[in-house]
Amino acid sequence: MAFGRFERGKPQVEPVTLKILVAGGFGVGKTTCVGAVSEIRPLRTEELLTEAGRPVDDTTGVEQKHTTTVAMDFGRITLREDLVLYLFGTPGQDRFWFLWDELATGALGAVVLVDTRRLEDCFAAVDYFERRSIPFAIGVNCFDGAARHSTEDVRRALDLDTEVPVVLCDARERESVKEVLVAVVRHAMTYAADRERSVTT
Amino acid sequence: MSGDGQRSSHWFDDEAGPVVRPYAMTRGRTSHAVQHRLDLIALVVAEPHADDPEADHSLSPEHLTIVELCHDAPQSVAELAAELDLPVGVVRVLVGDLVDEELVHVNRPVPPAELVDESILRDVINGLRAL
Repeated sequence: MAFGRFERGKPQVEPVTLKILVAGGFGVGKTTCVGAVSEIRPLRTEELLTEAGRPVDDTTGVEQKHTTTVAMDFGRITLREDLVLYLFGTPGQDRFWFLWDELATGALGAVVLVDTRRLEDCFAAVDYFERRSIPFAIGVNCFDGAARHSTEDVRRALDLDTEVPVVLCDARERESVKEVLVAVVRHAMTYAADRERSVTT
Repeated sequence: MSGDGQRSSHWFDDEAGPVVRPYAMTRGRTSHAVQHRLDLIALVVAEPHADDPEADHSLSPEHLTIVELCHDAPQSVAELAAELDLPVGVVRVLVGDLVDEELVHVNRPVPPAELVDESILRDVINGLRAL
Protein backbone atom coordinates (compact mmCIF):
# COMPACT_ATOMS: atom_id res chain seq x y z
CA MET A 1 0.00 0.00 0.00
CA ALA A 2 1.20 3.46 -0.83
CA PHE A 3 1.77 5.35 2.35
CA GLY A 4 4.89 6.92 0.88
CA ARG A 5 3.42 10.35 0.25
CA PHE A 6 3.08 10.97 3.94
CA GLU A 7 6.27 12.45 5.28
CA ARG A 8 7.05 11.28 8.73
CA GLY A 9 7.38 14.03 11.28
CA LYS A 10 5.93 16.72 9.05
CA PRO A 11 2.69 17.90 10.63
CA GLN A 12 -0.25 18.03 8.25
CA VAL A 13 -2.25 21.21 7.93
CA GLU A 14 -5.56 20.59 9.68
CA PRO A 15 -7.88 23.16 8.14
CA VAL A 16 -10.93 24.78 9.66
CA THR A 17 -13.99 23.37 7.90
CA LEU A 18 -17.26 25.21 7.33
CA LYS A 19 -20.44 24.25 5.56
CA ILE A 20 -23.17 26.06 3.71
CA LEU A 21 -26.34 24.24 2.69
CA VAL A 22 -27.99 24.60 -0.68
CA ALA A 23 -31.70 23.94 -0.31
CA GLY A 24 -34.78 24.30 -2.49
CA GLY A 25 -37.38 22.25 -4.28
CA PHE A 26 -36.87 19.19 -6.44
CA GLY A 27 -35.10 20.03 -9.71
CA VAL A 28 -34.39 23.67 -8.86
CA GLY A 29 -30.66 23.35 -9.60
CA LYS A 30 -29.05 22.58 -6.26
CA THR A 31 -26.50 20.13 -7.58
CA THR A 32 -25.78 22.40 -10.57
CA CYS A 33 -25.17 25.24 -8.14
CA VAL A 34 -22.76 23.16 -6.05
CA GLY A 35 -20.96 21.99 -9.18
CA ALA A 36 -20.54 25.54 -10.49
CA VAL A 37 -18.18 26.53 -7.67
CA SER A 38 -16.82 23.25 -6.34
CA GLU A 39 -13.19 22.38 -7.05
CA ILE A 40 -14.20 18.74 -7.19
CA ARG A 41 -16.93 17.08 -9.19
CA PRO A 42 -19.88 17.03 -6.77
CA LEU A 43 -19.66 13.92 -4.66
CA ARG A 44 -22.56 12.06 -3.25
CA THR A 45 -22.96 10.66 0.21
CA GLU A 46 -25.86 8.42 0.88
CA GLU A 47 -27.73 7.05 3.75
CA LEU A 48 -29.58 3.78 3.25
CA LEU A 49 -32.93 4.76 1.85
CA THR A 50 -35.41 3.07 -0.38
CA GLU A 51 -36.63 4.99 -3.37
CA ALA A 52 -40.19 3.76 -3.25
CA GLY A 53 -41.48 7.30 -3.80
CA ARG A 54 -39.66 7.91 -7.03
CA PRO A 55 -42.48 7.20 -9.52
CA VAL A 56 -44.70 9.90 -8.00
CA ASP A 57 -42.20 12.77 -8.18
CA ASP A 58 -43.95 15.70 -9.72
CA THR A 59 -41.70 17.08 -12.44
CA THR A 60 -44.18 19.50 -13.98
CA GLY A 61 -42.14 22.42 -15.22
CA VAL A 62 -38.84 20.61 -14.77
CA GLU A 63 -39.20 18.03 -17.52
CA GLN A 64 -35.45 18.03 -18.21
CA LYS A 65 -34.64 16.34 -14.96
CA HIS A 66 -34.69 12.55 -14.96
CA THR A 67 -32.78 11.68 -11.82
CA THR A 68 -33.34 12.88 -8.34
CA THR A 69 -31.02 13.74 -5.50
CA VAL A 70 -31.46 10.76 -3.26
CA ALA A 71 -29.15 11.89 -0.53
CA MET A 72 -26.61 14.66 -0.26
CA ASP A 73 -24.50 15.96 -3.10
CA PHE A 74 -21.65 18.05 -1.93
CA GLY A 75 -18.72 20.07 -3.19
CA ARG A 76 -15.59 21.54 -1.72
CA ILE A 77 -13.92 24.93 -2.01
CA THR A 78 -10.45 25.29 -0.54
CA LEU A 79 -10.34 28.98 0.29
CA ARG A 80 -6.93 28.74 1.90
CA GLU A 81 -4.71 25.88 2.90
CA ASP A 82 -6.24 26.12 6.36
CA LEU A 83 -9.82 27.08 5.46
CA VAL A 84 -12.17 24.78 3.56
CA LEU A 85 -15.81 25.42 2.71
CA TYR A 86 -18.15 22.52 1.94
CA LEU A 87 -21.42 22.99 0.11
CA PHE A 88 -24.16 20.45 0.74
CA GLY A 89 -27.17 20.14 -1.51
CA THR A 90 -30.08 19.11 0.68
CA PRO A 91 -32.32 16.24 -0.37
CA GLY A 92 -34.92 17.69 -2.68
CA GLN A 93 -37.92 15.79 -1.48
CA ASP A 94 -39.94 16.19 1.64
CA ARG A 95 -39.64 12.57 2.62
CA PHE A 96 -35.94 13.10 3.38
CA TRP A 97 -36.51 15.84 5.93
CA PHE A 98 -34.99 13.74 8.67
CA LEU A 99 -31.60 14.17 7.00
CA TRP A 100 -31.82 17.95 7.22
CA ASP A 101 -31.20 18.24 10.95
CA GLU A 102 -27.92 16.46 10.63
CA LEU A 103 -26.91 18.67 7.72
CA ALA A 104 -28.05 21.88 9.35
CA THR A 105 -26.24 21.33 12.64
CA GLY A 106 -23.22 23.59 12.63
CA ALA A 107 -23.97 25.11 9.23
CA LEU A 108 -22.68 28.62 8.68
CA GLY A 109 -25.74 29.44 6.62
CA ALA A 110 -27.86 28.34 3.71
CA VAL A 111 -28.83 29.22 0.16
CA VAL A 112 -32.47 28.62 -0.70
CA LEU A 113 -32.71 28.27 -4.47
CA VAL A 114 -36.01 29.38 -5.91
CA ASP A 115 -37.66 28.70 -9.25
CA THR A 116 -40.30 31.41 -9.68
CA ARG A 117 -42.42 28.99 -11.73
CA ARG A 118 -42.74 26.82 -8.65
CA LEU A 119 -42.28 29.26 -5.83
CA GLU A 120 -44.17 27.13 -3.34
CA ASP A 121 -41.48 24.44 -3.56
CA CYS A 122 -39.16 26.54 -1.40
CA PHE A 123 -41.65 27.37 1.36
CA ALA A 124 -40.65 24.36 3.42
CA ALA A 125 -36.94 25.26 3.26
CA VAL A 126 -37.57 28.92 4.16
CA ASP A 127 -39.69 27.82 7.14
CA TYR A 128 -37.04 25.36 8.21
CA PHE A 129 -34.21 27.90 8.34
CA GLU A 130 -36.34 30.64 9.86
CA ARG A 131 -37.47 28.38 12.66
CA ARG A 132 -33.95 27.25 13.45
CA SER A 133 -32.48 30.75 13.17
CA ILE A 134 -30.03 29.67 10.48
CA PRO A 135 -29.04 32.66 8.34
CA PHE A 136 -30.02 32.13 4.71
CA ALA A 137 -30.17 33.98 1.41
CA ILE A 138 -32.61 33.43 -1.43
CA GLY A 139 -31.07 32.69 -4.82
CA VAL A 140 -33.64 33.19 -7.56
CA ASN A 141 -32.46 30.80 -10.24
CA CYS A 142 -33.22 32.48 -13.55
CA PHE A 143 -33.81 29.51 -15.83
CA ASP A 144 -33.84 30.15 -19.54
CA GLY A 145 -37.36 31.06 -20.48
CA ALA A 146 -38.56 31.42 -16.92
CA ALA A 147 -40.56 34.55 -16.32
CA ARG A 148 -38.43 37.03 -14.41
CA HIS A 149 -39.66 38.70 -11.29
CA SER A 150 -38.00 41.47 -9.35
CA THR A 151 -36.28 40.60 -6.09
CA GLU A 152 -38.89 42.72 -4.32
CA ASP A 153 -41.73 40.65 -5.79
CA VAL A 154 -40.03 37.48 -4.60
CA ARG A 155 -39.40 38.96 -1.17
CA ARG A 156 -43.05 39.93 -0.85
CA ALA A 157 -44.31 36.59 -2.16
CA LEU A 158 -42.18 34.74 0.38
CA ASP A 159 -42.95 37.20 3.18
CA LEU A 160 -39.26 37.50 4.03
CA ASP A 161 -37.70 39.66 6.71
CA THR A 162 -36.13 42.76 5.21
CA GLU A 163 -32.59 41.67 6.09
CA VAL A 164 -32.77 38.38 4.19
CA PRO A 165 -30.76 38.86 0.97
CA VAL A 166 -32.56 38.04 -2.29
CA VAL A 167 -30.19 37.59 -5.23
CA LEU A 168 -31.00 36.84 -8.86
CA CYS A 169 -28.65 34.15 -10.08
CA ASP A 170 -27.83 31.54 -12.65
CA ALA A 171 -26.97 28.28 -10.88
CA ARG A 172 -24.76 27.26 -13.82
CA GLU A 173 -22.52 30.30 -13.57
CA ARG A 174 -19.59 30.28 -11.20
CA GLU A 175 -19.49 34.06 -10.73
CA SER A 176 -23.20 34.16 -10.09
CA VAL A 177 -23.10 31.41 -7.48
CA LYS A 178 -20.09 33.06 -5.80
CA GLU A 179 -22.18 36.19 -5.40
CA VAL A 180 -24.99 34.27 -3.70
CA LEU A 181 -22.52 32.59 -1.34
CA VAL A 182 -20.94 35.92 -0.44
CA ALA A 183 -24.45 37.24 0.32
CA VAL A 184 -25.04 34.31 2.69
CA VAL A 185 -21.77 34.81 4.55
CA ARG A 186 -22.26 38.58 4.83
CA HIS A 187 -25.73 37.95 6.18
CA ALA A 188 -24.33 35.39 8.65
CA MET A 189 -21.85 38.04 9.83
CA THR A 190 -24.48 40.68 10.58
CA TYR A 191 -26.70 37.99 12.02
CA ALA A 192 -23.99 36.95 14.47
CA ALA A 193 -23.24 40.57 15.33
CA ASP A 194 -26.93 41.29 16.00
CA ARG A 195 -27.24 38.26 18.21
CA GLU A 196 -24.13 39.30 20.10
CA ARG A 197 -25.60 42.74 20.64
CA SER A 198 -28.94 41.41 21.86
CA VAL A 199 -27.12 39.19 24.35
CA THR A 200 -24.94 41.95 25.76
CA THR A 201 -27.61 44.64 26.01
CA MET B 1 -44.92 -23.06 7.24
CA SER B 2 -42.79 -26.11 7.97
CA GLY B 3 -43.67 -27.83 4.72
CA ASP B 4 -42.63 -24.89 2.55
CA GLY B 5 -38.94 -24.33 3.21
CA GLN B 6 -38.44 -22.80 -0.22
CA ARG B 7 -40.77 -19.91 0.51
CA SER B 8 -39.62 -19.21 4.06
CA SER B 9 -36.02 -18.83 2.88
CA HIS B 10 -37.17 -15.97 0.64
CA TRP B 11 -38.90 -13.84 3.21
CA PHE B 12 -37.64 -10.68 1.52
CA ASP B 13 -37.60 -9.83 -2.16
CA ASP B 14 -35.34 -7.73 -4.35
CA GLU B 15 -37.19 -4.55 -3.50
CA ALA B 16 -35.88 -4.75 0.01
CA GLY B 17 -32.46 -3.79 -1.38
CA PRO B 18 -29.20 -4.87 0.19
CA VAL B 19 -30.46 -5.76 3.63
CA VAL B 20 -27.23 -6.85 5.22
CA ARG B 21 -24.10 -5.96 3.35
CA PRO B 22 -23.06 -2.42 4.37
CA TYR B 23 -23.44 -2.95 8.07
CA ALA B 24 -21.75 -6.33 7.83
CA MET B 25 -18.54 -4.28 7.55
CA THR B 26 -19.26 -2.87 10.98
CA ARG B 27 -20.09 -6.33 12.31
CA GLY B 28 -23.65 -5.22 12.73
CA ARG B 29 -22.93 -2.11 14.75
CA THR B 30 -24.86 0.99 13.74
CA SER B 31 -23.34 3.38 16.25
CA HIS B 32 -20.10 4.01 18.02
CA ALA B 33 -19.08 5.75 21.23
CA VAL B 34 -17.33 8.59 19.40
CA GLN B 35 -20.09 8.92 16.82
CA HIS B 36 -21.67 12.00 18.31
CA ARG B 37 -18.53 13.91 17.44
CA LEU B 38 -18.62 13.01 13.78
CA ASP B 39 -20.21 15.76 11.78
CA LEU B 40 -20.18 15.35 7.99
CA ILE B 41 -17.43 17.98 7.84
CA ALA B 42 -15.47 16.65 10.82
CA LEU B 43 -11.94 16.05 9.58
CA VAL B 44 -10.30 12.69 10.02
CA VAL B 45 -6.53 13.04 10.40
CA ALA B 46 -4.13 10.11 10.32
CA GLU B 47 -1.81 9.87 13.29
CA PRO B 48 1.83 10.16 12.25
CA HIS B 49 2.67 6.83 13.83
CA ALA B 50 -0.07 5.05 11.88
CA ASP B 51 2.17 4.12 8.98
CA ASP B 52 1.68 0.39 9.23
CA PRO B 53 -1.99 -0.19 10.00
CA GLU B 54 -1.88 -3.51 8.15
CA ALA B 55 -0.01 -4.96 11.10
CA ASP B 56 -3.30 -4.79 12.97
CA HIS B 57 -5.18 -7.82 11.76
CA SER B 58 -8.44 -6.76 13.35
CA LEU B 59 -8.84 -4.06 10.70
CA SER B 60 -10.94 -4.57 7.59
CA PRO B 61 -9.89 -3.44 4.10
CA GLU B 62 -12.27 -0.48 4.53
CA HIS B 63 -10.50 0.58 7.72
CA LEU B 64 -7.17 0.44 5.90
CA THR B 65 -8.51 2.47 2.99
CA ILE B 66 -9.66 5.19 5.37
CA VAL B 67 -6.24 5.37 7.02
CA GLU B 68 -4.58 5.47 3.61
CA LEU B 69 -6.81 8.27 2.34
CA CYS B 70 -6.25 10.30 5.48
CA HIS B 71 -2.50 9.88 5.22
CA ASP B 72 -2.48 11.87 1.99
CA ALA B 73 -4.52 14.70 3.47
CA PRO B 74 -7.14 15.05 6.21
CA GLN B 75 -10.53 13.91 4.90
CA SER B 76 -14.00 14.94 5.94
CA VAL B 77 -16.45 12.22 6.93
CA ALA B 78 -18.54 13.13 3.87
CA GLU B 79 -15.55 12.74 1.54
CA LEU B 80 -14.65 9.37 3.03
CA ALA B 81 -18.23 8.15 2.58
CA ALA B 82 -18.22 9.26 -1.06
CA GLU B 83 -14.77 7.85 -1.74
CA LEU B 84 -15.56 4.46 -0.17
CA ASP B 85 -19.09 4.50 -1.59
CA LEU B 86 -20.47 3.58 1.81
CA PRO B 87 -23.34 5.07 3.80
CA VAL B 88 -22.26 7.83 6.20
CA GLY B 89 -23.50 5.74 9.13
CA VAL B 90 -21.10 2.93 8.26
CA VAL B 91 -18.15 5.31 7.87
CA ARG B 92 -18.86 6.80 11.29
CA VAL B 93 -18.58 3.39 12.92
CA LEU B 94 -15.38 2.54 11.04
CA VAL B 95 -13.77 5.89 11.91
CA GLY B 96 -14.78 5.32 15.54
CA ASP B 97 -12.86 2.03 15.49
CA LEU B 98 -9.79 3.79 14.10
CA VAL B 99 -10.01 6.45 16.81
CA ASP B 100 -10.09 3.67 19.41
CA GLU B 101 -7.03 2.13 17.77
CA GLU B 102 -5.36 5.56 17.84
CA LEU B 103 -4.68 5.37 14.13
CA VAL B 104 -6.58 8.60 13.43
CA HIS B 105 -7.99 11.52 15.35
CA VAL B 106 -10.99 13.62 14.49
CA ASN B 107 -11.12 17.42 14.34
CA ARG B 108 -14.52 18.77 15.15
CA PRO B 109 -15.73 21.68 13.06
CA VAL B 110 -15.99 25.02 14.84
CA PRO B 111 -19.64 25.68 15.70
CA PRO B 112 -20.80 28.90 13.99
CA ALA B 113 -21.74 30.33 17.40
CA GLU B 114 -18.02 30.36 18.16
CA LEU B 115 -17.22 32.14 14.93
CA VAL B 116 -18.23 35.46 16.50
CA ASP B 117 -14.65 36.31 15.82
CA GLU B 118 -15.66 37.73 12.47
CA SER B 119 -12.23 37.45 10.92
CA ILE B 120 -12.90 33.89 9.74
CA LEU B 121 -16.10 34.94 7.99
CA ARG B 122 -14.29 37.86 6.44
CA ASP B 123 -11.62 35.44 5.23
CA VAL B 124 -14.37 33.28 3.71
CA ILE B 125 -15.81 36.26 1.82
CA ASN B 126 -12.39 37.32 0.56
CA GLY B 127 -11.59 33.74 -0.37
CA LEU B 128 -14.82 33.39 -2.35
CA ARG B 129 -14.24 36.64 -4.19
CA ALA B 130 -10.73 35.56 -5.10
CA LEU B 131 -11.87 32.26 -6.64
